[in-house]
Amino acid sequence: MKEDKRKKISHMEYMEGMEQIHSDIFEKVITAREGYQPWRYTGQDVEKALEAEYKSPEDFAALLSPAAEPFLEEMAKKAKEETQKHFGNSVYLFTPLYISNYCENHCVYCGFNCKNKIHRMKLNREEIEKEMEAIAGTGLEEILILTGESPGQADVTYIGEACRIARNYFKMVGLEVYPMNSEDYRYLRDCGADYVTVFQETYDSDQYEILHPAGPKRVFPYRFHAQERALLGGMRGVAFAALLGLSDFRKDAFAAGLHAYYIQRNYPYAEISFSCPRLRPIGGSAGWMAEQEVTERQLLQIMCAYRLFLPFAGMTISTRERAQFRDHAVGLAATKISAGVSTGIGAHSGEVKEQGDSQFEIADSRDVSEVTAAIRTQGLQPVMNDYVYV
Amino acid sequence: MKMREEKKDKLILGGREFTSRFILGSGKYNVELIQAAIEQAGAEIITLAVRRANSDGAGNILDFIPEGVTLLPNTSGARTAQEAVRIARLSRELGCGNFVKVEIMRDSKYLLPDNQETVKATELLANEGFTVLPYMYPDLNIARDLAQAGAAAVMPLAAPIGSNKGLAAREFIQILIDEIDLPIIVDAGIGRPSQACEAMEMGAAAVMANTAIATAGNIPLMAQAFRKAIEAGREAYLSGLGRVRKTGGEASSPLTGFLREE
Repeated sequence: MKEDKRKKISHMEYMEGMEQIHSDIFEKVITAREGYQPWRYTGQDVEKALEAEYKSPEDFAALLSPAAEPFLEEMAKKAKEETQKHFGNSVYLFTPLYISNYCENHCVYCGFNCKNKIHRMKLNREEIEKEMEAIAGTGLEEILILTGESPGQADVTYIGEACRIARNYFKMVGLEVYPMNSEDYRYLRDCGADYVTVFQETYDSDQYEILHPAGPKRVFPYRFHAQERALLGGMRGVAFAALLGLSDFRKDAFAAGLHAYYIQRNYPYAEISFSCPRLRPIGGSAGWMAEQEVTERQLLQIMCAYRLFLPFAGMTISTRERAQFRDHAVGLAATKISAGVSTGIGAHSGEVKEQGDSQFEIADSRDVSEVTAAIRTQGLQPVMNDYVYV
Repeated sequence: MKMREEKKDKLILGGREFTSRFILGSGKYNVELIQAAIEQAGAEIITLAVRRANSDGAGNILDFIPEGVTLLPNTSGARTAQEAVRIARLSRELGCGNFVKVEIMRDSKYLLPDNQETVKATELLANEGFTVLPYMYPDLNIARDLAQAGAAAVMPLAAPIGSNKGLAAREFIQILIDEIDLPIIVDAGIGRPSQACEAMEMGAAAVMANTAIATAGNIPLMAQAFRKAIEAGREAYLSGLGRVRKTGGEASSPLTGFLREE
């Protein structure tokens, strides 16, 4: 990993065409992350945090700390109460649709890394339509459109076209694509998408620089400000995530939580949510070892800490996790679960002749009816749509 | 006199008469349990998020609401008056009737209603022939504006939605009850039957609850408990509450005992 950084452009430097916005959130979050020392918290701090009716960032820090690990059961109970208060028994279903796996980035931990020898492809208009038709046929009403990060292969117009098609089949359309300028977000909002997810991956500036040696994704602050640009572009809501395991996962979770916290303070009407991915094995390369393995217990601790800190936020449980974990995480802290997932390209309809390779391995391949049944077994209510475009 | 009135004690909204004064929310239930909750609650009105009804799938909540129950669709998700109006129109297209509960929030954290936009939406929708029940932050001036704008009732929040904190806004709701010539329906934050009972004792026309019932261990039983509490509170209000001493007993030597009868 010791590459010669002198030849490279600084990861703090914007590339041509990248919009710069005035915002103090970056400074606040990155400074707070650097100052956060998880090992300094005590059981007393955790007890105090658990008792606080509204959790402060300091309480959130305590709940993420190693000192909170023995309190996991209590955290889970309180998290469940909060989830119930804000979401009742509802669990929202969706599926991701990967429409292109071309990528211009070099992220060393990712299966779509442009240097990886995987089968690349993107769906054409007809193929997108077939895939969406097949997905809608399973009863789902919400879709998340994903691409690899290649504005060259999957430009904003191409994504916009996919959004327009999606609106014919789905009640809600979300996007998880490369960060873009606010005017592009506005265009995609007009095409029918209105929720934007961007994983910051890690909020550790130094580690980010190492992990993203080239490509537009290398620009750390541009990625950080994506959610804010999406809201400026008129999106209804934004989702946040740190890919846990790339750096100190507690510090990254702390930063992701604060990122959402400050965005909500500045844009109080915005809906916010979290995704909670852990690093999983990848195809196409020798694989990349996590800086820090995150156990299931630790993952649940983070999810409960997010829930207690921002009880009104949505939370998606990844298909990277095994079915049993997912089934228990919904209703407890998570509010949204995917079903019938394929992270490859063109796998839903069976009508795309040549399929593209997957970004990562999934641990829960159950279809919609299986996931729905599992949700009901937990005494929860599967909800296909809870949104109306106005 | 009041006891005699009780026999014809009806809640009138948009020209319709209702016997029950318990409005049930539907958003947080398992759909299969809604019917049992309605039955045990004795509810005649159930609220429904239009965004939730806007579903084609098997889980559409509309399929689970028994006939004969009046739907009160709400505009949750709206951030402006214009958005609320569009949602209300969609609700009408979906066959949900003419009642609408205006809910406009510009805050995703506490979900507190935006009173100004609510007044605007109320006026627009009342002009379109809707029976408008606006959800609002209890403020006398706004309540007057809502009445002026054509609201059929006013729905002040008791506490932040879902908080189960009860009548945190008690004094301000009492002012609305005393001053506004429309039914005052206490909405949001009611966590226990005793709190619902207290709101009715104060003279509220009805109580709306959702989370408190939907998240109870035994939903039908809690629905029944709320029904009884609301009925008890209403009867107490109608019968005229006795005087309640706020501080201790009565002084044996009254402070005015020195006065000479003339």
